[in-house]
Amino acid sequence: MTRRFLGLIKALVLLACLIPLLHLLARANGLGDLGANPVQEILHTLGKTSLNLILITLIITPLRKETGLIWLVGLRRTLGLLCFCYVVFHALTYIALDQGFAWNSLFVDVTQRPYITLGFISLLLMVPLALTSTNSAQRRLGRRWAKLHRLIYLAAILGVLHFLLQAKIDISDPIFYSIVLLLLLGYRINTWLKSRQAIKNRGNS
Amino acid sequence: MLIKRPQDIKASEITPESTFRQRRMLLKTALAMGLIKTADLSAQEDLIPLNQKESGNREEPFPENGRLNNLKPWPSNVSSEPTSFEDVTGYNNYYEFGTSKTDPASNAHTLETHPWTVTVEGEAEKTGTFALEDIIKGHTLEERIYRFRCVEAWSMVVPWVGFPLGDLLKRFEPTSQAKYVQFFTLNDSDQMPGVRYPVLRWPYREGLTIEEAMHPLTLLTVGLYGQVLPNQNGAPLRLIVPWKYGFKSIKSIVRIRFMDEQPQTSWNMANAREYGFYSNVNPDKSHPRWSQATERVLGGNIFSARVPTMLFNGYAEEVASLYTNLNLMTNY
Repeated sequence: MTRRFLGLIKALVLLACLIPLLHLLARANGLGDLGANPVQEILHTLGKTSLNLILITLIITPLRKETGLIWLVGLRRTLGLLCFCYVVFHALTYIALDQGFAWNSLFVDVTQRPYITLGFISLLLMVPLALTSTNSAQRRLGRRWAKLHRLIYLAAILGVLHFLLQAKIDISDPIFYSIVLLLLLGYRINTWLKSRQAIKNRGNS
Repeated sequence: MLIKRPQDIKASEITPESTFRQRRMLLKTALAMGLIKTADLSAQEDLIPLNQKESGNREEPFPENGRLNNLKPWPSNVSSEPTSFEDVTGYNNYYEFGTSKTDPASNAHTLETHPWTVTVEGEAEKTGTFALEDIIKGHTLEERIYRFRCVEAWSMVVPWVGFPLGDLLKRFEPTSQAKYVQFFTLNDSDQMPGVRYPVLRWPYREGLTIEEAMHPLTLLTVGLYGQVLPNQNGAPLRLIVPWKYGFKSIKSIVRIRFMDEQPQTSWNMANAREYGFYSNVNPDKSHPRWSQATERVLGGNIFSARVPTMLFNGYAEEVASLYTNLNLMTNY
């Protein structure tokens, strides 16, 4: 795998991930439209894209292990950072466009509405991950880097719960996301159990 | 603009009796000559169930072109412009046709609204299955511009066409036992793809106290924007209860039941903590998961601000007296 090839793949992934955002911008500027409730349409599109990206980010490692395509891991950071960007845009849409910076009602929402509390915590958990995504931070943190970045699992769980708890009554979409997340987490739990078994077996022999 | 109540009418605005009589004479003559068509009051008196009618022929309840003409104007207190026809008919909650806002507009074409019947049962003297055309005949259709507030904290302004539900209910002669009225939506999986999924308990059902049902603001609705209801808006016959959250305004009504106890309602059955029987619009009573203090008015742009929600959706003056002995925070 050449460096140039990976660069090309990364650029393509970046472009593909920007499509939902560009599509929203196009619709907001008269190419198509955002429907009767444009703010909600933007809010939901950004939120849904965030969830899609966090799940795609989490699929990289299993995919790499199962296919042996080592270079896939090079996409993880790009995907993770794009996901973080969408989460930030989602939150900003809510704070600015939807709530119009009404800090009192925002405070009530974040502290009293469980789905917003969970979404907010999920966003906060992703901040240190984005800040430590550079090569130098990775080197500096050493083994602690991998430990810190396990927070992505919690952020993903809270994100999906945020989606589930805001659904009025039709939870078919959140259930689908929950199942995908459970499979991705299950893969890791299974790997972890196997490695523990292996260590135990080595100890016994 | 305020609703003009009788005591507000100035003496100068009252028609002198002689003029009034002259007008009546003119009207009578014109009527006799067949110059004007008006509500056939005699037809309103004998509401006969379909199975007791001599002729089996069904009439068209509405003009073929769907236009509803000669609508009586109504003094609305809504100052803002009505929401566009496109948004009123393109952004709907009608789960029988799917749970997304655009599903009803895409899927409701399969609803067959003619011939339509309404079955009346329970605590009333006149019960049975009635033809839609017989139910409508004799009632003067009014154009009423109402605010419409969804429990999901969005709202619109709609020029509905209909007549007071109470005027119809009286014709069934409810007994003294009739304390509540329950309504049911059509439940037909051939016409309604959404009822194949148990999102809610089908058929959709809603209910009002008899006082709420008889209140002059409660509108039995057959149209909007001067034409018959589009299917996605609950054709051919729906309720509009403007001081309650939208889900109380049941669509495509096929059954009305007079009851002596509080009826089951679909959203209450689905989640009693979140959706009460009354479900009056109340900015102080939050939905357990979101605030009801403000609402987003449909049809704005991305920079439009939310607006404060009003108690009883701005109809407190007319309806607050229905709830004087009720704690609105516990009876939501």
